[in-house]
Amino acid sequence: MESYSWEDLQNIFLMQGFAGISLFSVLLLMGLGLAVIFGQMGVINMAHGEFMALGAYTVYLCSTLTAEYAPSFGPYYFVVAIFIAFIICALVGAAVEWLMIRRLYHRPLDTLLATWGLSLIMQQTFRSTFGAREVTPTLPEWLMGSYSPKEGLDIPINGMFVLGLAIAVSLALLLFMYKSSFGLRLRATVQNRKMSGAVGINTNSVDRLAFALGCGIAGIAGAAFTTIGSTGPDSGSRYIVDAFLVVVFGGAASLMGSLASAFGIAQAQSILEFFLEGTKGKVATLLVIVVALMIRPQGLFPSKVRAH
Amino acid sequence: MIFFRTLFKTKGEAISFAVFVALIAIILPLALPIFRLNLVGKYLSYGFVAIGLVLLWGRCGILSLGQGVFFGLGGYCMAMFLKLEASDPVSTSIQTTPGIPDFMDWNQITQLPWFWEPFKSFTFASCAVFLLPGLIAFIIGWAMFRRRVGGVYFAIITQAIALILSLGIDGNQGFTGGRNGITDLKTLLGWDIRTTGAQYTLYFLCVFLLLASALLAKYIINTRFGRVLMAMRDREDRVRFSGYDVAMCRTFVFALAAMLSGLGGALFVLQVGFMSPSLVGIIPSIEMVIFTAVGGRLSVIGAILGCLIVNFGKTAFSEAYPDAWLYLMGGTFIAVVMFFPDGLAGIIEKSGTIKTKLVTLGAGLMKKLKPAESAEKASAAVAEIPKTAEP
Repeated sequence: MESYSWEDLQNIFLMQGFAGISLFSVLLLMGLGLAVIFGQMGVINMAHGEFMALGAYTVYLCSTLTAEYAPSFGPYYFVVAIFIAFIICALVGAAVEWLMIRRLYHRPLDTLLATWGLSLIMQQTFRSTFGAREVTPTLPEWLMGSYSPKEGLDIPINGMFVLGLAIAVSLALLLFMYKSSFGLRLRATVQNRKMSGAVGINTNSVDRLAFALGCGIAGIAGAAFTTIGSTGPDSGSRYIVDAFLVVVFGGAASLMGSLASAFGIAQAQSILEFFLEGTKGKVATLLVIVVALMIRPQGLFPSKVRAH
Repeated sequence: MIFFRTLFKTKGEAISFAVFVALIAIILPLALPIFRLNLVGKYLSYGFVAIGLVLLWGRCGILSLGQGVFFGLGGYCMAMFLKLEASDPVSTSIQTTPGIPDFMDWNQITQLPWFWEPFKSFTFASCAVFLLPGLIAFIIGWAMFRRRVGGVYFAIITQAIALILSLGIDGNQGFTGGRNGITDLKTLLGWDIRTTGAQYTLYFLCVFLLLASALLAKYIINTRFGRVLMAMRDREDRVRFSGYDVAMCRTFVFALAAMLSGLGGALFVLQVGFMSPSLVGIIPSIEMVIFTAVGGRLSVIGAILGCLIVNFGKTAFSEAYPDAWLYLMGGTFIAVVMFFPDGLAGIIEKSGTIKTKLVTLGAGLMKKLKPAESAEKASAAVAEIPKTAEP
């Protein structure tokens, strides 16, 4: 590293830091969705990546339909598409919960396997519907380009937009969890399922809503993902391990933990990728996290609720 | 006789094992051409992983999504030895640096890396095939089980390890052969492994080692240790409070499963003739869990048969209908996990009662068609069945 001057290093860190922000936003959104589902019922949703891809494909579909039928709506469709992606993923998630997950709550490891089977089916559905080639929605003009406050420093606008989206979703989720009556019921169910049932909370519907919510957030992650990469049938599965590590490393069920670990993982990957060629940056990041998890399995921000 | 009773608790178990031996050691070699038999041998090398998963997942309740790591480590140890033998200075004389594997030469490496050196020795390589996976599993297992990590966390972390290793192999082309893996393996100590004769020999070696591993696994399951494992799976706290070292027992089983997987990897390389990161990563690791789940996570023989059935299904089906295959596989997997958690072996075991019902039904039908005599036979059959079918 001796060949870089201090000035260079500063710029590299800034540039890669901003590049990492897009990755951070996607990982954070993925992680938030997983944290809701995992924190709620200890269920690991292996199809979470496919829900992200579903969201991305929804945005693509919206983009194609807009271009076809309402070209004048072009500049604004993206905002609407994010909502549609959320709703579609949440609906599919609720259906999956009703058909499959609710029968497996007492066997968390089996849920993991069953949702993997689901992810195979979803991937093949994407492949049959949209083809094996990667697709990209046409992004509105205002998302393109970059903003340069000084020489040698470009901040991509889409990165900023995605960051704003991720922060907005995180805040909305926090408000939802801590201020709404549903959030209260959800937290009650996580803390003590039997007692919550006894005081009249319908824990089954809380489970379904939580699962749908998590999947919906994955859909928003998919919408964010379309601004930084093109979507293929297996796009989701490429992020799934990172998303799991975000949740586990952050401390399950801790939203703050997910935030901190998503930031750490994304920035480490992004900065290391500059100095180490190829996938070595990613390997190094993953290795550090796995070793850290072996030493401190409860993660960064362990929840104070004892696991049942 | 006591030893025999430890291996097979019932006559039925011994008979099903004998049928299985006859199937893979006699019927398949006679019935299939060498090309197909070689495929069976390849699937049977996954069977080693499946045996490990029966011990680890079925009996201990610990799901590892990283068994491909150990399969891969074993396979790479063997492949590195074979590759060094295939790259003697004479046959690699056209390279810039003769005597090193071809992919190193393509990547401008002029000296054999230090960690390749010991793999010139066959003794070292064949020991490393199972000692290296065992050691790594021991370290991982000890670090995690001692901190009481289990269940879903263990699954995620092992999956991350599988991703790390496959990315690491993929990204270091000069040292590992990269995405293409280690190919063009020719001889083992001067013995050409590509001839038909060698393929038969290797198939029977694979069958022999697989049966030995299966018997070892059955032995472990049926001893007191096996019962402690099950107790740990179902009531961890009680076993801990009774004074057993839960972490140590689990680490032992994890390391044993890794060693078996490594052995399978080595036999895979010998029979198939290459090793690549595509056999190490997340998807192969989870596929091996599928084989085990379909066959039956509690049954050693069931899990091996699961490997054969799913892979034959994959070969037959994915050639004809590549699109439908993933639907079928995903659907089968969901169905198995949701409705038949003990897999095929579980269905067969439970079918004792179904068989009785079927025979009763059959007897009723027969009675209508042909009174007296056949009904007598059928009811005799009904009386016979529970004796053999009870586990």
